[in-house]
Amino acid sequence: MKPHTLIADGLSAGYGEAVILDGLDLAIPPEKITVIVGANACGKSTLLRTLSRLLPARRGKVLLDGKSIHHLPSRELARTLGLLPQSPIAPEGIAVADLVSRGRHPHQGVFSRWRREDDEAVAAALAATKTEDLAERPVDELSGGQRQRVWIAMALAQETDLLLLDEPTTFLDISHQIEVLDLLTDLNQTRGTTVVMVLHDLNLAARYADHLVAMANGRLHVAGPPEAVLTEENVRQVFGLQSRIVTDPTSGRPAMLPIGRHRMIAEGLSATNEDPA
Amino acid sequence: MPLSLTARVAENRHRRARRHRRLIGLLLALIAAAFVLTLLLGQSFTPPRDILRTLMGEDVPGVAFTVGQLRLPRAVLAVLAGVSFGLGGVAFQIMLRNPLASPDIIGISWGASAAAVFAIVVLGLKGPSVSILAVAAGLGVALLVYGLSFRNGVAGTRLILVGIGVSAMLESVIAYILSTAPAWTLQEALRWLTGSVNGAQLAETLPLLAALGVFGGLLLSRGRDLEALRLGDDTAAALGVSVGRTRVLVIVAAVGLIASATAISGPIAFVAFLSGPIAARIVGNNGSLLVPAALVGAALVLVGDYCGQFLLPSRYPVGVVTGALGAPYLIFLIVRVNRSGGSL
Repeated sequence: MKPHTLIADGLSAGYGEAVILDGLDLAIPPEKITVIVGANACGKSTLLRTLSRLLPARRGKVLLDGKSIHHLPSRELARTLGLLPQSPIAPEGIAVADLVSRGRHPHQGVFSRWRREDDEAVAAALAATKTEDLAERPVDELSGGQRQRVWIAMALAQETDLLLLDEPTTFLDISHQIEVLDLLTDLNQTRGTTVVMVLHDLNLAARYADHLVAMANGRLHVAGPPEAVLTEENVRQVFGLQSRIVTDPTSGRPAMLPIGRHRMIAEGLSATNEDPA
Repeated sequence: MPLSLTARVAENRHRRARRHRRLIGLLLALIAAAFVLTLLLGQSFTPPRDILRTLMGEDVPGVAFTVGQLRLPRAVLAVLAGVSFGLGGVAFQIMLRNPLASPDIIGISWGASAAAVFAIVVLGLKGPSVSILAVAAGLGVALLVYGLSFRNGVAGTRLILVGIGVSAMLESVIAYILSTAPAWTLQEALRWLTGSVNGAQLAETLPLLAALGVFGGLLLSRGRDLEALRLGDDTAAALGVSVGRTRVLVIVAAVGLIASATAISGPIAFVAFLSGPIAARIVGNNGSLLVPAALVGAALVLVGDYCGQFLLPSRYPVGVVTGALGAPYLIFLIVRVNRSGGSL
C-alpha cells in the first residue's frame, strides 16, 4: 500500500473573531514521527484540529493524498486519519474493552453487525498498548498512565494509517510519558503508522521526533530534523528563552538546557529573557 | 496476535450484550406487569377472562366501559407517553453530556405545553392540530434557547441556565392562560402544569404512536453516533461522526417526541429528566441507553399513575407523583454538578 501524504497548504483557521492559524504551509512526512512544538497559544492544537477537519479552514486547504479533506465523507476520512483529542471523555463506569471497541465506529454501518475483524482489531489494540489485563476494568478506576494507554488503544482500534495526538503525555509522570512515547514509536516502526503529535517538553520532542516542527504566532517557524530545529537561536525566537543546546548522551539527540536569571554558575550566562517576537 | 485474546474479547463482548438484553427483558416484564395490573385492578377487580373477552371485541356488561374506555386507553397512553419522554430526554442528556440538559428542564416541554394550552383554550382547537402546534412550539423554544446561549459554540451550563429561565417564563404563560379560562377545572389545569393521563382516549393516542414511529425510529437509527458523542464532540468527530448533522437530527427527533407526548398528556413532570439516569443505574454505561431509558420512562408513568390513582390517600395526576420523585433528584444533581461538573 502506498504511504499517505498529508499537506497543509496556506492554511488559516480560528475561532469566532480570532485568527489562530495564519497561512501555514506544512508537509507531514509519511511513515515518520512528526512532533509539533511552540509557545502557549501559538496554534498547535488548532493546527491538529484543522488537519483532522474538526475545525474548518478559513483559507487554504488540507490535502490528504492530494485530495482536499473538506470534501471527503466523514467515515472515509476516519478510516485513514485518527485523532486523539486533549481531553476525551469516558462515560462513567464504561469497561476498557468497550471503550476501545468504540474505535471501530468508522468501520461499521448504521445497523451492521459486529464482525470478527472488529474483535481482532480490538484485541490487537489491547495487546499493542499492553492493556489486555485491564480489558474488563472500568476506565474511571485506572491510573492516569493506564487511562492514556486505553485511549491510545481506542485510536489504534480505528486502524488508521495516520494518527494525530494532542499532547498525549500531559498530566502523566515522567515514566508514563516515556512509556507512551515508546509505544507510539513501536507503532510507527512495526506498522508504519504516521504519527503527528503536539508535545510540550522540547527534550522529549527532540528525542522522539523524526521531523520536528516549531510554530510561532500561527505560522511555521522552522521544520526539519531535530538537530536542525532545536538550536539556541530557534529557542530564543520561538520561546523568547536563552538556552544552551547539548547532545543528550543517551540518545545522541540535541537537548535544551534553559538559562534563567538564577542558579547560573557559568559567567555571563544569566540573562534577561524576552518575549518571543 | 494470540488467537485467545480475540476470543476473550469476543466472549466478553457477548457477555456484556447478554447482560444488556437481560436487563431490557426485565424492564419489559415490569412494564407488562404494571400494564396488566392497571387493567385488572382499579376501583374494582375485573377477572382476567372478562378483560380478554373485552379486548377480543366482545361486549361484556360493565367491563366494556371500565376496561375498554377507562383503563386500557389510560395504560396505552401511559406507555406511549413514557416511552416518548424517556427517549427524548435521554437523547438530549447524551448529546449534551449533562443530565440537567433534559427537555423538561431547558424549557422544551413547557414550550409544547404552553402551545397546547393556547391552542385548546384560546383557539378552541382539538386533536392533531394541537400536536402539530405543540411540536412547532417545542422546536421554536429549542431554537430560542440554543440561540440565546450561543457564544462561540454552545456551552452546556449556559444552555441549561437559559433554559431554566425560559421554562419559568413559559410556566407563567400557562398559568395566565388557565386563569383566564373561567370554566377550567382544577383537574384539567393540573394536566397542563404537571401532566396527567386522565380521561385518555384510544383515538388520541394514534398521533402519538405515529410520532413515536417516525421520531423514535430516527433516534434509534442515530444510536451509534449518539453513543460516540458521549466520548466528547472532538472524539466523535475523529471517529467519523458528522457532529453538526447528528445534533440537528437528534434535536428534531427528541423535540418531536417530547412535544407530541406533551400535547396529549401534558408535561408529565421529570419523566424525561429521570429516565436516562435511572436507566444508566440499571444497565450501566456499556451499551446504548436509548431503549432502556424509553422503557424506564414507560414504567415510571405506568407505575406513577397507578400510585397516584389508588395507592395514595387522595387521587393525584401522574405528574404530581413523578414530580415528587424528580424534584429531590434535581436538587441532588445541581449540588453534585456544581461540585464536579459531572456527566450522565
